[in-house]
Amino acid sequence: MSAPTPPTTPGAARLHAAFARAAQQGRAAFIPFMTAGYPTAEGFPAVADALLERADILEVGIPYSAPLGDGPTTQRASEQALGGGTSTRHTLRLVRDLRARHDTPIVIMTYVNPIYAVGPREFMRLAQEAGVDGLILPDLPPDQDLEIADLAAEHGIAVTFLIAPTSTPERVKLVSEACTGFLYAVSVTGVTGAREGSALGEVPAMLALARQYAQVPVAVGFGVNDAQTAQQVARVADGVVVGSAFINAVRNGQDVGALAASIADGCRKS
Amino acid sequence: MSLTLPTYPQPDGRGRFGRFGGRYVPETLIPALDELERAYAAAKVDPEYLNELDRLLRDFVGRPSGLYLAERLTAHAGGAKIYLKREDQNYTGAHKINNCLAQALLAKRMGKQRVVAETGAGQHGVASATAAALLGLDCVVYMGAEDIRRQELNVFRMKLLGAEVREVTSGTSTLKDATNEAIRDWVTNVRDTFYILGSVVGPHPYPAMVRDFQSVIGEEVKVQHQALEGRPVPDAIVACVGGGSNAIGIFAPFAYLPDGERPRLIGTEAAGEGVDSGRHAASVAGGRVGVLHGAMMYLLNDDEGQIVPPHSISAGLDYPGIGPEHCLYSETGVAEYVPVTDAQAMDALQLCTRLEGIIPALETAHALHHAVELARTMRPDQTIVVNLSGRGDKDVAEVMRLLSLPAAQSSAPGTLHARPEVQA
Repeated sequence: MSAPTPPTTPGAARLHAAFARAAQQGRAAFIPFMTAGYPTAEGFPAVADALLERADILEVGIPYSAPLGDGPTTQRASEQALGGGTSTRHTLRLVRDLRARHDTPIVIMTYVNPIYAVGPREFMRLAQEAGVDGLILPDLPPDQDLEIADLAAEHGIAVTFLIAPTSTPERVKLVSEACTGFLYAVSVTGVTGAREGSALGEVPAMLALARQYAQVPVAVGFGVNDAQTAQQVARVADGVVVGSAFINAVRNGQDVGALAASIADGCRKS
Repeated sequence: MSLTLPTYPQPDGRGRFGRFGGRYVPETLIPALDELERAYAAAKVDPEYLNELDRLLRDFVGRPSGLYLAERLTAHAGGAKIYLKREDQNYTGAHKINNCLAQALLAKRMGKQRVVAETGAGQHGVASATAAALLGLDCVVYMGAEDIRRQELNVFRMKLLGAEVREVTSGTSTLKDATNEAIRDWVTNVRDTFYILGSVVGPHPYPAMVRDFQSVIGEEVKVQHQALEGRPVPDAIVACVGGGSNAIGIFAPFAYLPDGERPRLIGTEAAGEGVDSGRHAASVAGGRVGVLHGAMMYLLNDDEGQIVPPHSISAGLDYPGIGPEHCLYSETGVAEYVPVTDAQAMDALQLCTRLEGIIPALETAHALHHAVELARTMRPDQTIVVNLSGRGDKDVAEVMRLLSLPAAQSSAPGTLHARPEVQA
């Protein structure tokens, strides 16, 4: 990563510290994802606890009813969580409970409509109160809402936007410069989900471009599903995001903690 | 028909009509939307593209569609003259083909060999499959499982035309979910795929582009109304609104006239079992501002931002949002949006069929209901143009099923009517 500028918010500082700690240990930061309220509102905390055993940063998704950027695995998890009564405000309460037990930074992944529906200022207030460190905004290109990043900063929260293999140099520059937490590079054109084969694809070229502009760490996600794919990504990225693999593990009754340990070990740089 | 596309006001630099619209999509799609915007800007001033589109609309679709004085419907209402803009006369049976041919030609021009589309009632899917067959493109249509059940015949039509129909079972298995799935396909295959969006929704430039392609409807009305009534502008225009493409197509050519010269523009939203019942698809009357499918608009969503499943008797209006330009029209008072229930639409469908010998689509029947009510309040020297956006053949099986339900069992959709009264 290029020399980071001083973090502007407490959330950004905590996220950057997590990346720095992992880097010192010769690892890419391990960033597991879980849909809030999955598999049930009662069962979610135990799953999150298992992930937090090894997570450098935990990403929690607000279940959403029109998740454009998600593949079938996360869609089904969202539907199930919504069916169990976990929506936007409840997600923030679940995060508050996790933060009471863990010091690991937590970022929220949410589509933009829940933020608008709650009201951007009220949403940020609730997120700050819950101890949210950052927001990942998969359907909000930064130039679509010029106020949301400032509002987040005002509440101590960092923001993460996404770049994709299709992004032009101009877009990579614009998006990279807008991120205050970390930059999220999507490894493939497509939606979230575990995939066969290499997770690397066009990532190296994209990262080379991103590092020209990004003042924050760069994490890579989409399609990382085991220790092997994690290691491919860890060699080139500052962080590795893994989502659908954990949802699949929960659904199949597998040991989430063991999978997290295996993938976390895979995040070694060498 | 002229060899130019009209130049109505464009959305602002961020793709917005006022505060509505925009591009709330995964970053993967932003370059594709930029590419589309550039390609469309070039095509709309390219005589070769415009000539080809003009030829297809005339010789393949059969445009212009008629502007037909519905004498018996007019007599029944007993007020203003009711004209029907006969988009049901178009090949494939609805207005959807106007937009599909234009977009498929654009896809071809951009070198995209594969097109994807979403469909609710199946009309846009059939029109997309038709355009793809005509131009030799590969076509995949996403359709909700519930709509596949309601529109079996259209599903077969698409397959016969060579399209692959993919069933969508997520969410409520209707148009919203089919649209999500079409967008996901596009995100995944963006480099060689063109997304033929069927309505004036979605990320910029779709709402403005689809409006331009559908505005042939209103532009023809100006010429035809001039010939029939000696003036180009009717007193009122009524059209049904789901996403809003047929309505914008007939509104836009009149919407930017100065105050005082503009006709009353009225969109009829699907009120389902009533706006107060919670089972409706009336985004203006019963929604709040939110983001769906890449655009900010009036949207059925709760106070946590979750989409509230819409309900309508007509699959084509069964959509939780309404196009951003309509939202602006509503906010600025350029157009009015009124709710019409399932039962009112069923009655209007039968009324139009019995009096005019025209079986309208269930979607269109929502507009017909309001037009008859409105005509009663107007003078005989005034005119109303109803956009008869589609033919009802696709709905006949569903109408038959609904009419055969015991009255006690059916909460809303109506009864089979005896011959309606026609006033002298």
